[in-house]
Amino acid sequence: MDGSHKSLTVALAGNPNAGKTTLFNSLTGLKQKIANYPGVTVERKEGPWQLNGKAANLIDLPGLYSLEATSLDEQIARQVIVGEQAGIPKPDVIVAVVDSTNLERNLYLVTQLFEFGIPVVIALTMMDVFEKQKHQIDVEMLSTLLKVPVIPVTAKTARGRNELAKKVIEAIGTKPEIPYAYDAAAENAGPHGKIFARYNFISEVVQDSVWHDDHAKHRVSEKIDRVLTHKFFGLVILVGVLLLVFQAIFSWAQIPMDLLQSAFGGLQDLTRASLPPGILTDLIVDGVIAGVGGVVVFLPQILLLFLFISLLEDSGYMARAAFLMDKLMSRVGLHGKAFLPLMSSFACAIPGIMATRTIESRRDRFATIMVAPFMSCSARLPVYTLMIGAFFTGRYVLGFVSVGALLLVMMYAIGVITAIIAAFVLKRTLLKAPPPPFVMELPPYRVPNLRTVFQNMWTRAGLFLKKAGTVILTLSIILWALMNFPRQSQADIDNAAIEIQKTCNCTPEEAQAKAETEAKSNILQHSVAGRIGHAIEPVIKPLGYDWRIGIGLMSAYAAREVFVSTMSILYSVGKDEGAESESLLAGVRNAKDDNGNLIWTPLLGISTMLFFLFAMQCLSTLAVVRRETNSWRWPLFMLAYMSTLAYVVCLAVYQGGKALGYG
Amino acid sequence: MQSSIHLSNVITLDQLPAGHSARVVSVNGTGRITQRLMEMGVIPGIGVKVIKTGPFGDPIEIRLRGYSLAMRKNEAEAIEVSC
Repeated sequence: MDGSHKSLTVALAGNPNAGKTTLFNSLTGLKQKIANYPGVTVERKEGPWQLNGKAANLIDLPGLYSLEATSLDEQIARQVIVGEQAGIPKPDVIVAVVDSTNLERNLYLVTQLFEFGIPVVIALTMMDVFEKQKHQIDVEMLSTLLKVPVIPVTAKTARGRNELAKKVIEAIGTKPEIPYAYDAAAENAGPHGKIFARYNFISEVVQDSVWHDDHAKHRVSEKIDRVLTHKFFGLVILVGVLLLVFQAIFSWAQIPMDLLQSAFGGLQDLTRASLPPGILTDLIVDGVIAGVGGVVVFLPQILLLFLFISLLEDSGYMARAAFLMDKLMSRVGLHGKAFLPLMSSFACAIPGIMATRTIESRRDRFATIMVAPFMSCSARLPVYTLMIGAFFTGRYVLGFVSVGALLLVMMYAIGVITAIIAAFVLKRTLLKAPPPPFVMELPPYRVPNLRTVFQNMWTRAGLFLKKAGTVILTLSIILWALMNFPRQSQADIDNAAIEIQKTCNCTPEEAQAKAETEAKSNILQHSVAGRIGHAIEPVIKPLGYDWRIGIGLMSAYAAREVFVSTMSILYSVGKDEGAESESLLAGVRNAKDDNGNLIWTPLLGISTMLFFLFAMQCLSTLAVVRRETNSWRWPLFMLAYMSTLAYVVCLAVYQGGKALGYG
Repeated sequence: MQSSIHLSNVITLDQLPAGHSARVVSVNGTGRITQRLMEMGVIPGIGVKVIKTGPFGDPIEIRLRGYSLAMRKNEAEAIEVSC
């Protein structure tokens, strides 16, 4: 597609919240490609659009209020429009997405688009909402005054899709007129003369083409806001919403997770039964299936999390959350807009860090980036779930609040509080700056478009599964190999059996069996991973971790959820025959050290959760921070300060807990 | 440019109580925030209404051109309105 001049290129431009994504999805279907623009993390979305038989490449520009190129998004959009973005031919036509319920401000961007000499076709969205509010819009008049085609579209019913395609084809090769008097006089009217000229023109256009019933307007949103942004109830509801999300992730997801778990267990048994015993079978069953399965099991939770984030964003609630939180955020020196990146970081710090691009000041942006990884991301969820599942299931306080859910909420809360403190400190030291300005649209409430929501979920799930199929698969194999080699030879085992028989009162068969079992449990001890674990044991011993958990902690630096894969592989290595179906939870609960004592205690479970909460254990995040800050200084600083914090906190919790008798 | 507006009682927008409307007289300053405010439609002559104040006294929600915009009192100080 790239570089070919014969295929059409159409750019989709519009304000945030104008319905651009919904229209893009409806025009391109599921065949879209998502990547990044080179060198920056602005998302590059494109997809094929069938224009009544003609194929076009539709490029979804980032959501924009203006093209004055002050923010990164605006710069990229401008480059695409003027044809300076490598790999994207200059667009033949621009489809401007205009929200009819917010006509004046949406048209501002359109007046800027006219100045690029590329034909513009307007897609008018939200007409159903607009008409319900008892307003009327004279589409023909609007088109006449703006001197471009205006087509009302509704993604749900595909209204206007063919008409839009037709007008786009007709528009190819035409040159738009700049319909407003933009001349030397406007230029001379001070630095903002152009802005005045555009808005004056827009006011006239709207006056002549729209009839408002001002009493009806915004009534619904305003009524909802009377409660949702209420000084007191608004905050109560915000906390309630967050609790609901976490409760859902923890309890509703349990059923499909159990199903997946038993499916993978069944697959393991089936594979072991149908393949000849040997190292290859071990690799497939204990390495590949245990490793990948251990992570894929968490898919339902990740789907639910993204479902909620999309719903909150699409409905307009996320902006209210920023409105409610801004004062608190500004008190620690962050922008209300940092709320959204930080919320997204609950899913994954990477999109969260990318979302900080909406914050204009560099120092505020960096401060947000540096604290975003404290938000408990979905990769930590498997670790929390494992620990809670192993030590706190079926426990309740006050009779009905599950300890598990409570602990989970606490993990998230501690992360948030830590982020606030870290931001407070950073904004007063390394990133000293006055509180940032705050100007943000509060879009009207809307029923979220289910297709957009599910498409978002689908994309994220795809990325997660792709990671499970590539990175985690590879790491599982490597880890399995590191944990299984080098191993004792059969001759060594036979010798050991003879030694055992000398000291015990048993038959040669029993001695042989005992030697085999011992050899199996010693595999890990003698393996490469075991040696690494032993090497770091002195460092992590004060935190209560033995060399086995050390292996898990090291492996989690590739990706946090790999810890769970490692545990799966770890506790299926040297497992007693006949206990094949023993679940990972029981494996962790019953794991014993060399002296036969239980390794894990509830206290250790909590301190492990805290370690994962505080430590910077994600190479992908560090890579994104490197790219976003354009220096190695920040990611290295992040790695150092977060890991130190993790060590100190876990040391205090574990030693303190033990001193209080919880060990 | 703002001479055409008759000034009855000029205050800054952060002083305007919730529920009251006013007309923008001028947007002061030259920085990016001033430019952003104007691009969002806050220009002399336009009518604005303060809808409410945030839970801790800040930010404020204003309505203009048929949509809602949130800003801090700090930003609202740069906007002069007449009511």
